[in-house]
Amino acid sequence: MIKVNNLTKKFGEHISLDNINCEFKKNDYIALMGANGAGKTTLIRSILGYYHPDNGGVLINGLDPIKERVKVLENISFVPQLPPPIKLSISELMQYVSVGANVDKQKIIHYANEMKLDIKTNMNKSFFKLSGGMKQKLLIAISLAKQNNIIIYDEPTANLDPKARDDFYRLLKQNEDEKVLLFVTHRLEEVEQIVNRQIYMDLGKIVSDEVIS
Amino acid sequence: MKNLYLIAFLDLKESIRAKWFLVYSLVFGGLIALFFIAGVTESQVMGFSGLSRLLLMYIQITIVILPIFILITTVRSISGDRDNHILEYMLSFPISLKQYYWGKILGRFVTVYLPVLFAMIVAIIYGSIKGASIPWDIFFLYTGLLFAMSSVFLGIAFFISSFVKSSEVALGIAFFIWILLLAFIDIAMISLMMSQRFNEELIIFIAMINPMEIFRVAAISLFDPELTVMGPVAFYILDLMSQTTFVVLSILYPVSLGILFSFLGFKIFQKRDLV
Repeated sequence: MIKVNNLTKKFGEHISLDNINCEFKKNDYIALMGANGAGKTTLIRSILGYYHPDNGGVLINGLDPIKERVKVLENISFVPQLPPPIKLSISELMQYVSVGANVDKQKIIHYANEMKLDIKTNMNKSFFKLSGGMKQKLLIAISLAKQNNIIIYDEPTANLDPKARDDFYRLLKQNEDEKVLLFVTHRLEEVEQIVNRQIYMDLGKIVSDEVIS
Repeated sequence: MKNLYLIAFLDLKESIRAKWFLVYSLVFGGLIALFFIAGVTESQVMGFSGLSRLLLMYIQITIVILPIFILITTVRSISGDRDNHILEYMLSFPISLKQYYWGKILGRFVTVYLPVLFAMIVAIIYGSIKGASIPWDIFFLYTGLLFAMSSVFLGIAFFISSFVKSSEVALGIAFFIWILLLAFIDIAMISLMMSQRFNEELIIFIAMINPMEIFRVAAISLFDPELTVMGPVAFYILDLMSQTTFVVLSILYPVSLGILFSFLGFKIFQKRDLV
């Protein structure tokens, strides 16, 4: 599904990704790990088509995420590291997601309820005025409602309390079949029930890539 | 197209809720109210009276403050979203860059244009209630000028926003452009060149490429073109070409410039890293 070929990305003189090669196939549930600045977020952003590589490239189901961004992003759900301060209300954000990505609003509400987030009473509230945990729950609900076969989470549990984390992992477990799940995390013990592959990055390179049982 | 309209619609709703929009609307609405309260429509200076005088004063103040309002409120639209990672999330959905960029421009255009137009419509309605004669030619010319002015400065703002990484730098560049067009080219440079007896074609050319100077001359062009009222550059330009030709130029040139800058901004947005 995802093929990364000789991918190099530099920011000025700094090499953020150094000739990366890897492949993620259906039913790969990957924990992407590494110290700060190892290149994890750059790799994810390259997969999403945000960065123009200096060398090599990424193919998602055979498509270039920069040239064919709409087709590629129809298959990807993404939750960023920190919820951005979006000024739209919840109902407007849901409208954006529902019209822009053909996501059923009822499914978002369903998954929000599963995450113990009552969005019906907060529909007119600005997204950025929600608490950190509520924002993260909503973004997770949207990502699950999008029902794509590639799910990318960049440390999505940072703002969640232990109960919400349990809900999140339960929902993820229910929804991971026949998918690629790419999970940036610093805590393997949290996701070891979900992942079956662990990639460790350092200084822009993949230093270990192993299957875990 | 549905995504383009969706983005325009959501940007419009977001802008209307913003504090800057309230201040923006109050400034232009307040100007009209102030003119009526001050009795501008009853006074007569240099042959201008009634609603014509009010609209002339309105457009002359608008020419100075509208560009900076548009620049500072719009220049952060993309660079600000990039700064605070909104772009990273919003562009993770299957929406093309073309729809996102042009949708933002469309939404922001409606936001900046409608309040200045609405303030003028209010003046016309209130003036007609008070029994003043309506100067329709001036009204339509100023509607076109405001449209052109909104287009050109919106285009410049989006152009800056597309390549600047930090919104603080974007603000600085926007302010510099405003000062350059308003004070340097329009006032300081032209005066300096005239006092230094520079070639008149050069002075007129520099004046003509400055959209703010074009608006200033066009705004007064419907009135009797007297040197004392208009200033030497405006007088020369209107002597050079017919008033109709100049009015058409004063709308088409800034609109084209706005489209050109918007398009260049889009190309940069497309070619650079998105976040």
